[in-house]
Amino acid sequence: MTPRYAMVVDTRRCVACKACVLACKAENQVPDGFCRDWLVEEVRGRFPNLSAENRSERCNHCGHPPCVSACPTGASHVAEGGVVLVTHHKCTGCKACIAACPYDSRYVHPEGHVDKCTFCLHRVQEGRQPACVEVCPTECLHFGDLSDPDSEVSRLLATRTWKVLHPETGCEPNVYFLK
Amino acid sequence: MNGGMLEVVSGRHNAGIDPGLHVWGWEVPVYLFLGGLAAGLLIWSAWIEIASGRRPESQALRWGPWLAIVALTLGMGALFLDLAYKVHVWRFYLAFKPSSPMSWGSWILVLVYPIAGMAGLGGTSPEERALVGTALQRVHLDGVFGRLVGWADSGRRPWLGASMAVGIALGVYTGILLGSMASRPAWNSGLLGPLFLVSGLSTGAALLLLLHPTPRERHQLAGWDGVAMGVEVTLLALLLLQFATSGQSGLLALRELTVGAHGASFWSLVVIGGLLVPLAVVLLERFRGLPHTPLAPILVLFGGIALRVILVSAGQATGFRAL
Repeated sequence: MTPRYAMVVDTRRCVACKACVLACKAENQVPDGFCRDWLVEEVRGRFPNLSAENRSERCNHCGHPPCVSACPTGASHVAEGGVVLVTHHKCTGCKACIAACPYDSRYVHPEGHVDKCTFCLHRVQEGRQPACVEVCPTECLHFGDLSDPDSEVSRLLATRTWKVLHPETGCEPNVYFLK
Repeated sequence: MNGGMLEVVSGRHNAGIDPGLHVWGWEVPVYLFLGGLAAGLLIWSAWIEIASGRRPESQALRWGPWLAIVALTLGMGALFLDLAYKVHVWRFYLAFKPSSPMSWGSWILVLVYPIAGMAGLGGTSPEERALVGTALQRVHLDGVFGRLVGWADSGRRPWLGASMAVGIALGVYTGILLGSMASRPAWNSGLLGPLFLVSGLSTGAALLLLLHPTPRERHQLAGWDGVAMGVEVTLLALLLLQFATSGQSGLLALRELTVGAHGASFWSLVVIGGLLVPLAVVLLERFRGLPHTPLAPILVLFGGIALRVILVSAGQATGFRAL
C-alpha cells in the first residue's frame, strides 16, 4: 500500500523545550534567522481557570496542498508518502506557494529558493525518524505511516482525541495534535 | 472567548512571514496594474476599430497595441525584480501547470507579444511603415518586415479579435492570480478576475484619453470608461457583500478593507478618489456639457494602481493565523 506519512504531536507531553527546533536546524542546515519547525504556546481561559497547550508546528504536508497547486514550475510537489517538497533548482522564488499556504509554513531561503519542512524524508528513506522526533526528550512527537493501521501514529489517532490546524481550509493537513 | 483570554506566543520569526506576511512588495501590484493597463489598451484599440469599421484616426489608438507592449514589458520587469531566484526565471517556460494561475499567466504573456505586435503593425500609417522599412533595409530585414505587414493587413479583423481575446485573458488573469489564493481571506473571491479586468479597461481608456484622441474617439472612450467605472463600483460592492456573508474569514477581509488598516486608503483612494469622483466628472462632461479635462483619466489611473496596492497588501495582512 502507498505510504501516507504523518506526524502526531502530543500536546500534553510537550514542554516547549525547543529541542525539535534546534535538531531541525542542525540536521537541515537551516540558515540563521529562519526555522522549519517552531513552538506555539497557547494559553486560554480566565484566571485562575487557565489551560495551556504547547504545539510543535511545521509544514502540514497537506493531502490537498494549495502550495503545490499554486507553484507555476512544478518545484513544489508531492513526493513519497505524501510529503510536500520543494525542488530547489526548479524554484524561481516567485513566492506564490508562500502566499497560498494558509499555515505560513514556508519562507524564502537566503539562496533564493523557497524552503520548508521535509519530514526529514532523507532520514525516513534510511529507516530513521525525522530529526525533531528523534531528539524530543518527552517523546511527544510521533512519526509514521497512516496507511498502516498498526503503526504508532494510526493507533494514537484511533485511541486519543485529536485536532488538526484550521480544518476549514480543506487542505487535509497531516500533522495531528493530541488533546 | 466568553470573557476569557486567548494568548498565542509563537517562536517562529521567519523574515517576510512573521509577524505578518510580507512577501510581495511594490513589484507585484505594479505588475498587476501595468498588466491590466495593457489589457485595456489592447481591448479598446481593437474594439473601437471593429465597432466603427474603419482604421483609428488618432495616433493614440493606432499605437494602442504598442503602448500595451511597453506597459507589459515594464510590468514584467517589475515582476522579475520580485523573483527571489532571478536566474531561474526561465523555469516558468519549462512547465505548464493548469492548476497554477501564475503558470497560465506566463504563457498568456508569451501570446500577447506577437498578437499585439501584429495588431499594432496593421494600424501603422504608410509613412511609419516607410520609415521602419528604410531603417530595416540596412540590416536586410525589410523583406521580413514587408511580409509581416502583409499578414497584419490581410488578416486585420482576426488579429483584432485575437488582440481582444488575449487582452481579456490578461486582464482576468491578473485578478485570478490573487483570487485563487483561498489562504488569504481578502483575496478569496472569484470576483477579483472580472474586477481587475474592468479596472484594466478603465485605466486603458483613461490613458488613451490623455493621449489626444479625436473628438469622436474621445466621446466613445469616455462613454465606455464611464460604463467600466460603473461596473467596477458594482463589482466592488458585490465583493464587500460576499465578504460580509462568508463567515469568519470573510468578515476578517471585510474589516481589513473597510475599517481596518487599509480602510482609510481603500475608501479615499480607490472608492472615492479613483471611482466615484471620476465617474461623476465623466457624467457631468457627457450630460451637463462640462469641458473635457485630464482630471478624470488621471484619477482613474491613480485609482487603478491604488486598488492593486491595497488589495495585495490587505491580502497579506489577512490570514488564517488571525482566526
